[in-house]
Amino acid sequence: MTGQLRLIRLYRAVVYPLIQLTVWSAASLVIISAVTLALAVVFNRQVAGGLTLVDFVVRTLPQVAIDGLTIGFLYAMIALGYTMVYGVLQLINFAHSEIFMVGAFVGVEFMLLLNLPPDQPVQGLLLVILLTTLLGMAASGLLAVGIERVAYRPLRHAPRLVPLISAIGVSFFLQDTVRAIEGLVNNAFFRNYPSFPALNEPLTLASVTVAGEPVTVQMQAKIILIIVVSLVMLSGLNYLVNATRLGRAIRAVAQDQATAALMGVNVDRIIMLTFLIGGALGGATGVLFGIRVGRIDPYVGFIPGIKAFTAAVLGGIGNITGAMLGGLVLGVLEAFAGAYLSQFTGGAFGSEYKDIFAFAILIIILIFRPTGLLGEIVAQRA
Amino acid sequence: MGVQNTFLFEVATQVGIFAALALGLNIVVGFAGLLDLGYVAFYAVGAYLWAIVGSNQGNVAFGTEIFPLAPVWFFPFLVVAVGVAAMTGILLGLPVLRLRGDYLAIVTLAFGEVIRVVVNNLDKPINLTNGPQGIRAIQRPPLFFKPALTALGVTVDDATLYALYFYFLVLLIIGLAVVITRRLEGSWVGRAWTAIREDELAAQAMGIPLVRMKLAAFAAGASFAGAMGMIFGAKQYFINPESFTFMESIGVLSMVIVGGMGSIPGAVVGATVVTVLNLQVLKGFSLLLNQLRGTGVVLPIINYPLAQWPTQLDPAKYERLVFGVLLVIMSILRPQGIIPERRHQLELAEGVPTPATAAPVTGAGDDD
Repeated sequence: MTGQLRLIRLYRAVVYPLIQLTVWSAASLVIISAVTLALAVVFNRQVAGGLTLVDFVVRTLPQVAIDGLTIGFLYAMIALGYTMVYGVLQLINFAHSEIFMVGAFVGVEFMLLLNLPPDQPVQGLLLVILLTTLLGMAASGLLAVGIERVAYRPLRHAPRLVPLISAIGVSFFLQDTVRAIEGLVNNAFFRNYPSFPALNEPLTLASVTVAGEPVTVQMQAKIILIIVVSLVMLSGLNYLVNATRLGRAIRAVAQDQATAALMGVNVDRIIMLTFLIGGALGGATGVLFGIRVGRIDPYVGFIPGIKAFTAAVLGGIGNITGAMLGGLVLGVLEAFAGAYLSQFTGGAFGSEYKDIFAFAILIIILIFRPTGLLGEIVAQRA
Repeated sequence: MGVQNTFLFEVATQVGIFAALALGLNIVVGFAGLLDLGYVAFYAVGAYLWAIVGSNQGNVAFGTEIFPLAPVWFFPFLVVAVGVAAMTGILLGLPVLRLRGDYLAIVTLAFGEVIRVVVNNLDKPINLTNGPQGIRAIQRPPLFFKPALTALGVTVDDATLYALYFYFLVLLIIGLAVVITRRLEGSWVGRAWTAIREDELAAQAMGIPLVRMKLAAFAAGASFAGAMGMIFGAKQYFINPESFTFMESIGVLSMVIVGGMGSIPGAVVGATVVTVLNLQVLKGFSLLLNQLRGTGVVLPIINYPLAQWPTQLDPAKYERLVFGVLLVIMSILRPQGIIPERRHQLELAEGVPTPATAAPVTGAGDDD
């Protein structure tokens, strides 16, 4: 009996969210691809390289979809940091983008310290990246806890805008501190992740012919790695929040701090742990992001931070599954906009507008669903 | 003194522009309690409005020959800029003001970014903003008093004259802005804003038209930014999208908060403190340090020769760091701001629980 119950709990906490994530990624990809294809059919004409628009879309679609998913998973992981902190404190943790950035820097410093020769086999590299990710997680998690202790805890009872300003202050402080350190150590304030041919080599997953068009699906090893690590982290978080005592305490604090305290929950500790978990996720994402883009600087967190926050709002802020969904949708949308906007508008609006596209979608969704995709109706808080 | 030191006038004008911006944002954030993180968008609207019609860019964009407009048009267009910025505020506000506070914050932030990206890329299909290169040779307001000055026997070169002119123009506008915000604060509109800020539901129950009042706050705040944007463009002679980043929005917001939310003198003081800190104190400190480095001064006690101080740690490069620390310290030690507004101060005094009420929260048992 108890064994069965445990199985059900495990299914609910681990398997079900994984299925949910897969369904969502697939659904958002299918819907957006379908819309793009439909648009391509409607506005079909010749584009560069002697191709028609439809041919162009069919040829590039799988690659764009993979790109979108990768960015989507990264956004989802950052968004979780925002949404968890928002859940327990109703605070927009502006410094989260810098927590992410610090993770990326700790990662790059560690990898440069190892000074690996570039011709590493994949297995060894995977181990190294795993270690780097863990290190980034530890650094960012501890940093987040420290920030909470110094800059947010004294303001727990202040009006809402005050902690936000404090958060912005922390964010500025961290940007310039990292810049100062990098400036002193390395005489430039950016760093490049070492690149390994084994990770960058594209692996052909599939090669099919659709309507006479050759379509190959290729993925770099590092992209597979990013997706796998994200999936593991996201399911781990789901398990933590939905199936453990700690998770129950976090949810209780998010719902009602005072009552949770009366039920014997140590609110301060739970808030600290929330920051630790959110920060660790941010740090891991920082490392993965760095591996993906290569070059990082102290201001690298800002744009992904805004996007991830947008994703959190899109999904319904405070809602953990919502943040994942929002991240995926935003990432996929952005990749599609970046890849096709310029071809569809005949070069009038290039991929520079992909950010606007993301924000426009956000505004439209908020107009029709003011609480985000999965948000519940929450009472107005003063 | 100022005639000799145009740089001081430059700083003072900059302070003035930011003070007016802070006064405008104070209406939105301080009075009505709506968090606007994209305020600089309205500033950009005003700046680009005049930059396009007040320079050759207008001809490039519309294929005409009538631009740049004569300097006299500056003043009518100040009114137009106010109107256009207010309209932009209303257009943005209409869909988003139904949202809860934090959603509003992110949508305004998004809007600020949207305006920046649009301005950055609208050099095609029609070249309206000249993209990242920006617009130069922007028409300045007329020096209508120059003949009178020459008649009086005062001969000053145009650069100094413009510095003085913008200084007094901005001063005048601040005076006007202070009067307007002061009158607004006490009017039924201002009281409605306070009511909305304190408790939206109760305000609605009292018959305050929520959306209309919020729109009014947005439009009022935006109109200030529109006017100041135009003056900024004319003063700088050149604008590009770099002047309208998210950092500017945050800067103005922090001026409001450093000065004291909802407080009119606070907004002016906040703008002064933040701008002077950025433009004067840190730069001056850098300069001093450079001089000391040259003279081989050794720091006493720790016996550290200043010549070894690395150039990467030049204080002028670390505005953000100082600014960030200032914001955190301010939030913790004086959340009500330098010159607090009375009602906010009372709220803060009430909001902090006594140790007795706080005890159950912090002293509770273990959770697992």
